[in-house]
Amino acid sequence: MLITENILLALAGLKSNIMRSLLTMLGIIIGIASVIAIMTVGNSITVMVNTQMQEMGANNLTVGVSAKSTSEESTTSGLHFGAGNRREMDTEDYLTDEMLDSFLQEYGDNIKYTLLSSSVGSGTAMDGDLYAYVNITGYNEDYMDYTDLTLLAGRSFIEKDYENAQKVCIVSDYFVNNMFDGDTSAALGSSIEVNVSGKYYTYYIVGVYEYENDSYSSSSTEDTTTDLYIPYDTARAQLHTENDGYESITLVTTIDTDSEAFADTVENYFNVKYYSNNEDYEVTVTSMASMIESMTTMISTIELALAIIAGISLVVGGIGVMNIMLVSITERTKEIGTRKALGATNGSIRLQFITESVVICIMGGFIGIILGIVLGAVAATYMGYSASVSVVAIVVAVAFSMGIGVFFGYYPANKAAKLNPIDALRYE
Amino acid sequence: MAEELMLDLRNIHKSFFIGTPNEFEVLHGINFTVNKGEFVSIVGQSGSGKSTLMNIIGALDRPTEGEYTLDGVDIEKAKDHELSALRNKKIGFVFQTYNLIARTNALKNVELPMMYAGMSRGERTDRARMLLEQVGMKDRMHHNPDELSGGQKQRVAIARAMANDPAIILADEPTGALDSATGRLIMDIFHKLHEEQGKTIVLITHSPELSQETERIITLKDGTIMGETAGNWPAIKAKEGM
Repeated sequence: MLITENILLALAGLKSNIMRSLLTMLGIIIGIASVIAIMTVGNSITVMVNTQMQEMGANNLTVGVSAKSTSEESTTSGLHFGAGNRREMDTEDYLTDEMLDSFLQEYGDNIKYTLLSSSVGSGTAMDGDLYAYVNITGYNEDYMDYTDLTLLAGRSFIEKDYENAQKVCIVSDYFVNNMFDGDTSAALGSSIEVNVSGKYYTYYIVGVYEYENDSYSSSSTEDTTTDLYIPYDTARAQLHTENDGYESITLVTTIDTDSEAFADTVENYFNVKYYSNNEDYEVTVTSMASMIESMTTMISTIELALAIIAGISLVVGGIGVMNIMLVSITERTKEIGTRKALGATNGSIRLQFITESVVICIMGGFIGIILGIVLGAVAATYMGYSASVSVVAIVVAVAFSMGIGVFFGYYPANKAAKLNPIDALRYE
Repeated sequence: MAEELMLDLRNIHKSFFIGTPNEFEVLHGINFTVNKGEFVSIVGQSGSGKSTLMNIIGALDRPTEGEYTLDGVDIEKAKDHELSALRNKKIGFVFQTYNLIARTNALKNVELPMMYAGMSRGERTDRARMLLEQVGMKDRMHHNPDELSGGQKQRVAIARAMANDPAIILADEPTGALDSATGRLIMDIFHKLHEEQGKTIVLITHSPELSQETERIITLKDGTIMGETAGNWPAIKAKEGM
């Protein structure tokens, strides 16, 4: 009951001296607003990075061949000429189909997909006046399953297409709009010719997929480049790279597999079995999950550092509150004496002034939160991220401003509570 | 009829700066009693120790030596928070400078002691209205102190003093800051409380004329009681036919 009385009293006090109250709150407002703004921007970036990386696949492991860092190189590379002059990657350094097959025999249960792709290049399909820009990439069967295209018409690739390296392709509805005036049935079975930097490739259209315009690229125009899917083996045949190994392979693990731990197993398997005698190259495996984690950690560390710096202004704001409380108590010495004569205990005087300080801080905190959200949203939008407010930050900010109120209000309030009623009554 | 004791002061001494070379005694063994329902004045020049005595009677301060019993409560043994409760429930202060809480309207000012006593909001508002009506301030109860005249402020202060139905009203120069006509009005309110409600009132003043309006006059000089004389109030009362 005394609490409500005190809150009403504090509000009346704030109202009676609006200018002073606002100036006192300003420190808290600026402090809370900057913390919230920074947290909002940081949160927006984290959410954005996470969704983008999740889209790329949290269960993906990239198995790549990379240069070995020898102890000699890392310590004396500056002294030895030619130490950095490692030999080019050779045929025997690449990952081979045999390696992959024997690996899959052992660990196939953990692998959902083995993604292989080979890019033929970007080119232009032309037919008289009609044209469309495409990216030609060959994908293996697993990759096609993994990508899970939404087919509007026709079919996906069949085993024969891969085995015989058939010159078949799946095009986007966008492509059909440009080249066949949207007539899907006319498109199916037709052959198209694509010019990739002077080389001509011909494919038969067997399927049409729904083009998903991703929100981050510019709105679709006539000139949008869409993907043209061909079988992996077809791409390799056309590029004459059938017998080459792979510089990198992407593995998609099953959901039950701990992809981060599995990454080490894979790395060990290849390095012990195939690369132990290779002096210059080794296999490294990176998991998307660990990349997401390290990115998130990095962003939150930066965010925390900035928030702490902003938090310093909160302390300054708190000192401002304390200063005003001390002034206010001196001004109201006689009132304190009167209250004590009327029966106020030290505790109720203390409560009155702590409430006043907390009310100032919480009001400042609320204004700060609103200001911070607005600032953060504007900044995030300006930087090209969709703003996402950190709920944790708001809860923490409210609790923190209350804490500041109690902390910086306690000393003045205690001073008031301990005033001698006789001296206080006599104070002019 | 056996009189009931309201105040009982025995051999009260009060010293300041105890244990320092500046130590000095202000009250040198005060003895007096006030009966329930009495209207007593303590009169003395400035420097006579009447403020110090008032602080002790009002439980704002403790005597250095001696025994003080207020309505049966031994002040000596009371803890600080018990003194707060005692001031709240048993003493109604009326100050020369009114001491109303600024930016707080008359009604809220009168409610204040009841709030500290833990009375519910509805109950105390009703009582505060009633008390303000008694002192003729019903029309101005929503005004803040800075919108009231001195006499009006003092009437609000008297209503506030009556808030918790105290054992005694302790009035310190209540008319000191008022012109004589307004002072008369305030004194009439005290007489009314005394006669109609049987309130025990202790009036502290430097004015011998004012002290004549009470039933008993205690004269203080240099920290000792010089004497007790009967006041003129019974005669005045008879003359005015109250």
